[in-house]
Amino acid sequence: MPLTDSPPADLVAAPVLERVLHEALREGGDFAEVFVEDRSNCSILLDDRKVEELSSGRDRGAGIRVIVGETTGFAHTADISEAGLMSAAEAAAAVAREGGGGVREVALARRSVQHQQVAVLPGSVAKSDKVDLLLRADDAARSAGGAIVQVSAGYGDGRRRILVANSDGLLTDDDRVRTRFFVTCVASGDSGMQTGSESLAFTLGYEMFADHPVEEAAAKAARRAITKLDARPAPSGVVPVVLKRGSGGFLFHEACGHGLEADHILKDSSVYTGRVGELVASPGVTLVDDGTFGPNWGTLAIDDEGRPTQRNVLIQDGVLTDYMWDFLRARKTGRASSGNGRRQSYEDLPMVRMTNTYLIAGKEDPDEIVAQTPKGIYVAQLGGGQVNTATGDFVFGMTEAYLIEDGRVTEPLRNANLIGNGPDVLSKIDAIGNDFEMSPGTCGKDGQNVAVGCGQPTLRVTGVTVGGTAGA
Amino acid sequence: MPDLLGLARRVLDKAGADEDVEVYVAHGRETSIRVFEGEIEELTAAESAGVGVRVISEGRQGFSYVGALDESAAADALLEARDNARFATVDEHAGLASPDGVAAPVLDLWREELVSFPTDNKVALAVELERQVRAGDTRIRQVVSSDYVDGLGETAIATSRGIAVSSRQTGCYLFVHAVAGDGDDTQTGFGFSVGRAPGELDVGLAASDAVDRATRLLGAKKAKSAKLTAVLDRRVTATLLGILSGTLSGEEVVKGRSLFAGRIGEQVGVGELTLVDDPTNPLAYGASEFDAEGLACRRNALISKGELSGFLYNTYAANLAGRSSTGSAVRGGFRTTPGVGAQALYLEPGTRDQSEIISLVGDGFLVQSITGVHSGVNPVSGDFSVGAEGLMIRGGELAEPVREVTIASTIQRMLQHVVAIGSDIEWLPGAATGVTLAIDEISLSGS
Repeated sequence: MPLTDSPPADLVAAPVLERVLHEALREGGDFAEVFVEDRSNCSILLDDRKVEELSSGRDRGAGIRVIVGETTGFAHTADISEAGLMSAAEAAAAVAREGGGGVREVALARRSVQHQQVAVLPGSVAKSDKVDLLLRADDAARSAGGAIVQVSAGYGDGRRRILVANSDGLLTDDDRVRTRFFVTCVASGDSGMQTGSESLAFTLGYEMFADHPVEEAAAKAARRAITKLDARPAPSGVVPVVLKRGSGGFLFHEACGHGLEADHILKDSSVYTGRVGELVASPGVTLVDDGTFGPNWGTLAIDDEGRPTQRNVLIQDGVLTDYMWDFLRARKTGRASSGNGRRQSYEDLPMVRMTNTYLIAGKEDPDEIVAQTPKGIYVAQLGGGQVNTATGDFVFGMTEAYLIEDGRVTEPLRNANLIGNGPDVLSKIDAIGNDFEMSPGTCGKDGQNVAVGCGQPTLRVTGVTVGGTAGA
Repeated sequence: MPDLLGLARRVLDKAGADEDVEVYVAHGRETSIRVFEGEIEELTAAESAGVGVRVISEGRQGFSYVGALDESAAADALLEARDNARFATVDEHAGLASPDGVAAPVLDLWREELVSFPTDNKVALAVELERQVRAGDTRIRQVVSSDYVDGLGETAIATSRGIAVSSRQTGCYLFVHAVAGDGDDTQTGFGFSVGRAPGELDVGLAASDAVDRATRLLGAKKAKSAKLTAVLDRRVTATLLGILSGTLSGEEVVKGRSLFAGRIGEQVGVGELTLVDDPTNPLAYGASEFDAEGLACRRNALISKGELSGFLYNTYAANLAGRSSTGSAVRGGFRTTPGVGAQALYLEPGTRDQSEIISLVGDGFLVQSITGVHSGVNPVSGDFSVGAEGLMIRGGELAEPVREVTIASTIQRMLQHVVAIGSDIEWLPGAATGVTLAIDEISLSGS
């Protein structure tokens, strides 16, 4: 496996792909697809000023699927020679062995895609420069104050060159570069230790650090940890919650977005099944999924089925307008894919996934929203969460939060969980700010992780359960 | 199967005299079948393989992997790992495992039955599981998926320190995701059954589990906030043990990131509490002959009769702490370097089953599942606050279902407030084992 960086279109020649698709449909079947991927990654972990690990790797392989009626056969291989692809095609076609057996010739027509423009390929940056970047972040975090006792910082970049060919004649490719950075600080004080973290992640090359200095991110993480040293336990019970811009987008991704994925809809395992045209959120709430949205973490030129991504409005002014679709679910419904078919790697089947999901800004002054909240919680950063898509029930950790007393943000709170129900929260939004921010995340579904962006303006939810430990 | 150890040795032959090299080779095959409405929805035949190479040179460690069993690609990974090592910080504690004379347990984790099990029979198991769930209760509204998954895996490790080991195992499971409905109310439940071979799978158990879990929460409401005794269902306990294992990692301890740092010998829990990580027990699905650095797996007592008695170490953590590896190196495949982790964690069982514990408790809350574990538990401070659903316990009987509440305490307090440990051990996939566990002084936060 020579480490060349040839264009993705050269991974497998078109005539080979045509023969493989032909083989995949030899026993019958309605549709066949070859997904070829060549992926390289680099990651560096700095812990307490030591480069604890510098790791890199390379994967190359192909996934082949055959669809027969309602059944999908899938096989993958790390051998992308014609022989390797042929044997995977045969394995994927096993589901069609009782099928009609019509032989189909496939003639591929190339569709070119505007690949992402990358100013500085991370692979071209010296490893020593990447290490220096992390050391600079460490310096910045420690200069935030003596209370910072530990700093760990991580850097990662990845390049995925993909090629998609299918029996409908589509042949297209993409070259994706993503770069990310994260930092976690531990502060120590009389009350014990607290952590603060921050991350930067974009569908960009190494040039991202010019606009997003790691020093700023590190200082932010350090401040979070230090602030929490004085934090008191969060209260428990149902309280009004103001989510700062960019803090809670992941909540809407998890608790509402997943329920709008067509695979859940078609299996009637979503609270949103059959509700297009209904009011599902407070008026003023507009939820969008947009794979073309700037250099955000969930941006893609094409999805992993070769479909160009697009801006999809899911909820318009409180009314459910549409779901998100991949090829398979769109085909079942007799409509077009919305460009939401994604897969973690060639080893996985594509399914309906979000890209950049966000609530659009409203008209209110964010400061006024706080001022008009006599008592509540101000969430400046949410951590990880979990959701049951069938019920919409969610749990999210608050990693930076404050009390709101008499319309003012006052004391910091220790980490605690927010627990609620997605559809319920959407209908309890009673104030939407005129600000907006995106943040990066990793979305897991059925064991596959993909990069997503989430965003939202400052907004208030009239009541969410907080699981604090005050009085516990 | 390809000769993994042979490949590892051939790559190792390319190591320089002044460097330590570890070659980790993994190969696996998996069949995964998803059934919906009696038909195959997805059938996946997967083969994964790759090589991960660690190089340690003058105290600097580098790592690289390649997703192929190809000798020249693996040789490239060695070159890349060697280059990566140049940029690492010198760390006197970096090192590969050295053979320590501990004999590996002899475990038979491979079942030919699985290897030769026909695909049609696999499909039939998933179809039958779906059928039983749909027939299990009129309130089952949907079976979102019914899966049969099996896999066989082999790994080999060869190092310049003289380790050359390989092992292989098989495993399979059935998993079903059911949705129950009653009027506007919707609840979900999962059921599964695990085995090393298909003959060990119990379709009926997986089906009734999913049906019970989905239907018994119908009509669930928020409960009133209260301080009460929580009875953790077996799988909830397994999740809790998973959290505990992170705090018992020697690396986290030596780096001051665990609430147990510096507390060896202290009484951290009630006298009935004994926590062991024992991958030499073949009943555990985390059982293994060798750890991820090629040392023999062994039984490690972590809490003995309430007293904190040990931590888990891989070679690096052991070097940091000035101790020896406990054979607790784990890794998530060939793409990662070894970390520290539990492999087969379990609580020594008590004498009562779950229903006896429920009557013993009298009034409390049976926790069926918890969510938000990663955000809700702080391994340093011990703060614990997670989302929960389950059933209230009144007069020693299960009563009304409850959802959307949180339960909170601290890990320290929970260990000191264990009131009963069940006799009902359940071996689960993953590193932790289930058992019913009752803990008092838990704050339930609801309405």
